[in-house]
Amino acid sequence: MKTFHVEGGIHPEYRKERTQENAIVALPMPKILCLPLKQHAGAPAEPVVSSGKRVKKGDLLAKPQGAVSAPIHAPTSGTVVDITDMTAPHPSGLAQKTIVLRPDGKDEWGALPPPIENPFAADPAEIDARVGWAGIVGLGGAAFPSAIKFGLRSKKPDILVLNGAECEPYLTCDDRIMQEHADEVVDGARIMAHALGVSQILIAIETNKPAAIVAMTVAAAGYPAVVVMPIPVQYPMGSEKHLTKAVTGRETPAGKMTADIGVVVHNVATARAVREAVRFGWPLISRVITLSGAGLTRGMNIKVPLGTMVVDLIEFCGGFKDGIAPQRLISGGPMMGHPLPSLDVPVIKGTCGILALTKAEINEQPAGPCIRCGGCVSVCPCGLVPLEMAAFIRHDNLEQAEQIGVRDCVSCGSCSYICPSHIPLVQYFNYAKGKLNAADRDHRKQERLKGLVEGRMARMEKQRKAKAEAAATAAAAKKAQAAATAAAAAAAGTATAAAPPTETPKASA
Amino acid sequence: MTPFRHDDRSGPFTHAPTSVRDTMRLVMLALVPATLFDAALFGWPAIDLFTVTILSCLAVEAGCLWTQGKPVLTTLGDGSAMLTGWLLAMSLPPWAPWWIGVLGAVFAIALAKHLFGGLGQNVFNPAMVARVALLVSFPVPMTAFVPPKPLFTEVAPGFLDSLSITFGHAFQLDGMSAASALGMVKTELSRGIPASQSIETTPDLVHMLVGIRPGSFGETSVILILLGGLWLLHKKVISWRIPVTLMGTLFVLGTLFHGINPEHFTSGLFQVVSGATFLGAFFIATDYVTSPVSRSGQLAYGVGVGGFTWIIRSFAGYPEGMAFAVLLMNALTPLIDRAFRPRTFGRTRSGAPLPQPPRTMP
Amino acid sequence: MLLAVGSLAVIGATLGSVLGIAARYLAVESDPLEKDLQELLPGSQCGQCGYVGCGQAAVALAKGEAPVTLCIPGGKAVAEKLAKRLGMAADLSGHKDAEPVYAVIDESKCIGCLRCLNECSTDAIIGAPKQIHTVLVDNCHGCSKCYNTCPTLAVSMNKINVNLNDWHWQKPKLRTKRTKH
Repeated sequence: MKTFHVEGGIHPEYRKERTQENAIVALPMPKILCLPLKQHAGAPAEPVVSSGKRVKKGDLLAKPQGAVSAPIHAPTSGTVVDITDMTAPHPSGLAQKTIVLRPDGKDEWGALPPPIENPFAADPAEIDARVGWAGIVGLGGAAFPSAIKFGLRSKKPDILVLNGAECEPYLTCDDRIMQEHADEVVDGARIMAHALGVSQILIAIETNKPAAIVAMTVAAAGYPAVVVMPIPVQYPMGSEKHLTKAVTGRETPAGKMTADIGVVVHNVATARAVREAVRFGWPLISRVITLSGAGLTRGMNIKVPLGTMVVDLIEFCGGFKDGIAPQRLISGGPMMGHPLPSLDVPVIKGTCGILALTKAEINEQPAGPCIRCGGCVSVCPCGLVPLEMAAFIRHDNLEQAEQIGVRDCVSCGSCSYICPSHIPLVQYFNYAKGKLNAADRDHRKQERLKGLVEGRMARMEKQRKAKAEAAATAAAAKKAQAAATAAAAAAAGTATAAAPPTETPKASA
Repeated sequence: MTPFRHDDRSGPFTHAPTSVRDTMRLVMLALVPATLFDAALFGWPAIDLFTVTILSCLAVEAGCLWTQGKPVLTTLGDGSAMLTGWLLAMSLPPWAPWWIGVLGAVFAIALAKHLFGGLGQNVFNPAMVARVALLVSFPVPMTAFVPPKPLFTEVAPGFLDSLSITFGHAFQLDGMSAASALGMVKTELSRGIPASQSIETTPDLVHMLVGIRPGSFGETSVILILLGGLWLLHKKVISWRIPVTLMGTLFVLGTLFHGINPEHFTSGLFQVVSGATFLGAFFIATDYVTSPVSRSGQLAYGVGVGGFTWIIRSFAGYPEGMAFAVLLMNALTPLIDRAFRPRTFGRTRSGAPLPQPPRTMP
Repeated sequence: MLLAVGSLAVIGATLGSVLGIAARYLAVESDPLEKDLQELLPGSQCGQCGYVGCGQAAVALAKGEAPVTLCIPGGKAVAEKLAKRLGMAADLSGHKDAEPVYAVIDESKCIGCLRCLNECSTDAIIGAPKQIHTVLVDNCHGCSKCYNTCPTLAVSMNKINVNLNDWHWQKPKLRTKRTKH
């Protein structure tokens, strides 16, 4: 099938050969698992267990909270030893509430929901519910709760794109999953397509993964609706909207979702997790991640229980090369991944790789002046002018940066990668976007407070009026009574025949 | 375990092996063949001037950096001042006196570059600012071209002679000077001799292409400049947009008007191969700092430089218009950058979100 | 001569009428400054600027009696907007946003007197007579009125800490190649 041209992009050194040939191995159960309550986009989950509670594998530990959230299940059987603040696997190094589980080594399953025997005959809503129950999120890194994407059925999409691009350097976990579990991925994709009411499935794989393309083509052979599409090697091909453009030719309007143009995109590993939830009733409790980087003794693809500490993984890979700590520890790929503050942070649902990168690999230089070479302009897949945006942001002129599209930036990092002056362009944009979002939040809060204040003032006004009225009524009544008394006295004074009683003046409302 | 650096810098945590220094070096490397050829063609005086110009540029750059308290050695090491000096030397008459080079360096580096804020901040191409300032201030030495006097031939001055030419007064204008082809046509035209006739006396096409002709040091050999330019294209240092549109415009305008009035206008081919067209198209107009950053902007810029060059050559008082045209378009670059933005993904050219396509429901 | 006089007269008449029409149709009715300024202020009437409400603050700003940096909850962003509207170049580089705070009621000290509840302009405090009160953090704008009114010193103003949802990358620190000086 024909692929479509996508502007811009770069061809970084992929460095995938370090782990591309390494089959997925399962990590022996670690001694401790730490499960942060926020492993997904949206609101953190709310614990339903307390410390000291014994749980079995697959038991619910925390339930979702709010519209965008996901539950967390026990990756193995054991005891909840604590629910405490721990450093999050996040560049901020801030703490977040984390459930600490000590495995008992038995790995006993708890009560699971029954498998959905024939998913293709099942009600799509049943599959939605199961995916939501299983706590499945996008395993490509964004960790957006998948059940919500299943709800896009209402937009009547016609194409499901399975993202096997894996365009980030180093990462090979999706590649290995497609090679080793092609049938499961295709089955998962078909279940997803059924749930979405979609007739066509396109599996997009970059051509630097020939083995995966072969395996997936074989697995998809029996299903005419499933087409494997080799796509050009071009970072950031795995970006949802760019991938959609490349395989369908449809360009998502700014501010819209791909579903608005009839396309839903899921990661290949997500498809496999959906299959397991539907066919076996398994929640999402483990994932495959790539450990790589020249700072590591061995690169590996490992199936890891969620909550495994990074330090245990590094140890499993033979530790840091020559015992020397690398320059940076990265979660995810080197382009869009983020630095980790320490080794004592857990693997979460969105972690697709842990990279120990050396100074030579990172090639970080002090930033020089911009020479306006235009490299950033020609590689920007979003058609922006990074050098101009960065200049505005440098002078904190965020308004103008927004006008020329800083919010359209997907932070792919192509501009920073190519910049001969080593200007940290993407960091400027991340800063600007963070600041603009914060300003939006503040503005929303101010608006809400304004409403509250106005509501209160109206209420106070009403109360005051009511009081005034009550006072007026009372005063009027008093006056009337006084008048009556006076009249009575006057009447008494005339000493004539018994006068008829004076009319009591009605209190005018 | 010691914590890792984590909140100081966001990704990407990998970088292309590019740097400003490498870019500058590639451009200089691409200039080497044409420079060597003309050094041989015009002999020792040209080499003296070349050396003086580059050394002055480095010295002025160092002085400017030092007075501003910026690090001198690391910035000199990026090669931008050397490249400016190199390009300036290539646009000077080869036997010009030493002070032309020194003054040019002051114009280029101090005036055109550092007064605007240093590397990347200048609006105008420093080498062209210097060339134009010199041409306007000292028209005689700046238009005193010599016929080729190849090294190690009888007509060539020796090294010692060359010192007295560059640093003394040995360069006698009479007898030694020759006009460039463009200059010749212009002068003859002003004397009432039509272009179609005077063109006969200019060097033939082969000489023009190979570069055996009078002209500025470094601009004569079309073939060698083209070679360097193609290599830069191959290395992706420059894009095809500016050179192609620039020369294309010049050729189209030249051919068109030559067809209308061959008595006054020279042919498109002559326009393209003569003067500083090739040097300008590949090395001057493509200067990163002073040219537009977007692809469509570069196309517009190339057309502009080509058009202005032709207009100045055909109608203005100066025989060569490349430097003026480049400066004029430099001034327009900020406007072009604003007007010719790339289209943002998911938006129309005007910046509104794309209309949602009507969908046929299956 | 006649031609010159005539053409000048025509030009003058044309330009004059253009100006006249412009003056009529583009006339500014009244100075909307106070109203504009009030629009820019948050409008939560917190009184942290020292004026009774945002309306009064806007009047003071329009008269030039108050600095553009007066609004504490609005911070630098509002100060910039105010400066822009007032057409003045305020140097805000030295101006630091006051750290946002919110009220917390110490339950062991609260006697349920309702005084804070009556002071709160955003209804952020919930409680009933003789019941312990609590603050809805999302609705609190940190005006400190409750803090100042509490008879038992049960209210404290706490800093709002950055959390994972609010955190964002900082502006790159330029490590210039400048070595000396």
